[in-house]
Amino acid sequence: MGWIAGFYRSTIGRKIVMAATGLLLVGFVAAHMTGNLLIFRGRDAFDAYSHFLQGLGGLLWLGRGILLASLLLHVHSAWTLTRQAQAARIDGYAESDPRAATRSARAMRWGGVLLLVFIVYHIFHLTVGSVHPDFRRGEAYGNVMTGLGVSWVALFYLAAMGALALHLRHGVSSLFQTLGVNHPHLNPVFAKVATALAFVVPLGFAAVPLAVLFGLVR
Amino acid sequence: MRLTLRVWRQAGPRDAGALKQYEIPDVSPDMSFLEMLDVLNERLERQGDRPIAFDHDCREGICGSCSMTIDGRPHGPQQGTTTCQLHMRRYRDGDTITIEPFRATAFPVVRDLVVDRTALDRIIQAGGFVGVATGNAPDANAIPIAKPDADRAMDAAQCIGCGACVAACPNASAMLFAGAKVTHLGLLPQGQPERYRRVLAMVERMDMEGFGGCTNFGECHEACPKEISLATIARLNADFLKASLTRRDS
Ligand code: FES
Repeated sequence: MGWIAGFYRSTIGRKIVMAATGLLLVGFVAAHMTGNLLIFRGRDAFDAYSHFLQGLGGLLWLGRGILLASLLLHVHSAWTLTRQAQAARIDGYAESDPRAATRSARAMRWGGVLLLVFIVYHIFHLTVGSVHPDFRRGEAYGNVMTGLGVSWVALFYLAAMGALALHLRHGVSSLFQTLGVNHPHLNPVFAKVATALAFVVPLGFAAVPLAVLFGLVR
Repeated sequence: MRLTLRVWRQAGPRDAGALKQYEIPDVSPDMSFLEMLDVLNERLERQGDRPIAFDHDCREGICGSCSMTIDGRPHGPQQGTTTCQLHMRRYRDGDTITIEPFRATAFPVVRDLVVDRTALDRIIQAGGFVGVATGNAPDANAIPIAKPDADRAMDAAQCIGCGACVAACPNASAMLFAGAKVTHLGLLPQGQPERYRRVLAMVERMDMEGFGGCTNFGECHEACPKEISLATIARLNADFLKASLTRRDS
């Protein structure tokens, strides 16, 4: 097992872990967003979907365990690599003129922190229900309506989706490079997939708080 | 033309440094950037001041010595060009130019613009040897190498080890440097026997030297005077992953 520790101790190993867990989490958010859209089919369809997921039992907990482990590894690798990068340049430049960095690349660290805060809040808001004003177990549709009916909460959800868009744009476009795939045939494909996901996933998520905010669903 | 320079002055590794301003009234557009500094240094010496220390050797863009960050860009504003190959015709009368040393914890300042870049040499050393049969010169083309591989290996081998990638990277990462070395040896048949041992040793050394990780910003490639491709970093990652998964040493 020593090689795993050695692998994770290296900058490249931790980047690869970040990319691999990121890929898994991208798959999760895409699926999660798609499921959310059932809310537009009405209360019955959405509650049935929620009951279906709850009914998975052990499988649901396995999924949650994998997601939580991925998230923890993703955050830990990001955190430690950030600290290492900060230590790698203690005395900075008086003048800097970055040419290549995109807005999404620059937003990875603060955007990641915002997303983490959001994820913790979101779990206690709509899964556990402890920060929800009127949480009723088994009534997913109603919980979304009352939960997102609080306008600052809806706005927080929307801000987090802005961060998610930036995070997906840089994350998806660069994770293949980190996993060692860089080819002139594939790079433009990865860039397009990243842009598409960065639009579609956050917009799909944002549709729900927006619809609640503007009274389109009730 | 008349230029104003703001130059980082620092007497020694442990001294505090600061940007100091100099006016140069008589810069010719035909001068190279280093010749302009020579002219300024001659004047400083005549005045009894300490000349500005900077690294240089070949002055023809192949040794990688002339490290300095000019207006926030390692090797200055011109794409694919070392400082020694930058000419003053890039600038206009009245310009102000800020010159700083390459900044990275792994590149401590020795004096003024001179930094210690032996960390890169130690990464090379960690890479070790390439096993070749000595004796008579081998026949040319005795070992077939596919043309695209030879081209990519040669592109990567253009790296002059100047450290601009580290200086430009927001994480002070040396991945483009290590990627170039791992790529140029790993693409050729002669580099195969030690290929996976080499990548593990070089990455371990790179981390030990205190360089940061890669976040795929691409600043290194923009700053590289030899325009080394980011694909070399992907190859470094791929070789490192494969080497980690398949290593058989303890
Ligand atoms: S002095 Fe040799 S590359 Fe500039």
